[in-house]
Amino acid sequence: MKIRMDFASLAETRPHEYGLRFFFGGMCTALAGLIAKRYGPAVGGLFLAFPAIFPAAASLIQTHEKRRKAEIGSDGTRRGENAASLDAFGATLGCLGLIGFALCLWRFVTAMSSAGTLALTFTCWTLVAGGAYFVRRHWPRPHAR
Amino acid sequence: MNETLLRFVIGGVVVSAFALAGDVLRPKSFAGLLGAAPSVALASLPLTLKQHGAGYVAIEGKSMVFGAVAFLVYAYLCGQLLRRSRKPTLVVTLAALPVWFGLSFGCLFLVGGVR
Repeated sequence: MKIRMDFASLAETRPHEYGLRFFFGGMCTALAGLIAKRYGPAVGGLFLAFPAIFPAAASLIQTHEKRRKAEIGSDGTRRGENAASLDAFGATLGCLGLIGFALCLWRFVTAMSSAGTLALTFTCWTLVAGGAYFVRRHWPRPHAR
Repeated sequence: MNETLLRFVIGGVVVSAFALAGDVLRPKSFAGLLGAAPSVALASLPLTLKQHGAGYVAIEGKSMVFGAVAFLVYAYLCGQLLRRSRKPTLVVTLAALPVWFGLSFGCLFLVGGVR
């Protein structure tokens, strides 16, 4: 399947769901800062890779799929679970990028400017996560003939 | 207090932006990459660098590697559980969170040299 953008899906997200994401994202970022302040950067650093909104986001994906199926009169429970499962596998590949991001941050932050570090680490995440996705997509499957 | 509020607002905006990008991208497996976007780190870094300097952030970066490895295992486990079990997504993803805590803190204490 080709990578594309579907802006119509934005209408499926309800205002309170946008609010929920903002709240969770803000809370996790604020808590990461407070934990680092209280327990030091070694413990605080762990929370920079905390699956902050993953449970809420995966749950929203399931809800949207179910809602879409309900509109045409069928039960989308299984389809919703499958969509959330696909999202989780995508996140697994994204985590490879996250590891690359953290490694770059660890090794290069002391040698670069603030803006340079942000640019390098984010580029690393994009390349590693995107690369992992394309390798996974074009990798021969064991059952393929 | 002001700093915490600032982190809350910046974190909310950055996480929402990545979530929005995840909403419009297709297929779902590709959009899923954004579920592991470094949104909290990107929101925190400029403030932390300004306040504590690069040495402090380097320590955070080293620990973040362990957190990211734990996230990878957690996300893979969630994918498998969601495919096999018939439990609601929120229940599965929240029930698997102790795996992230155990692995990340385990790696930090065993490999990261923190006592």
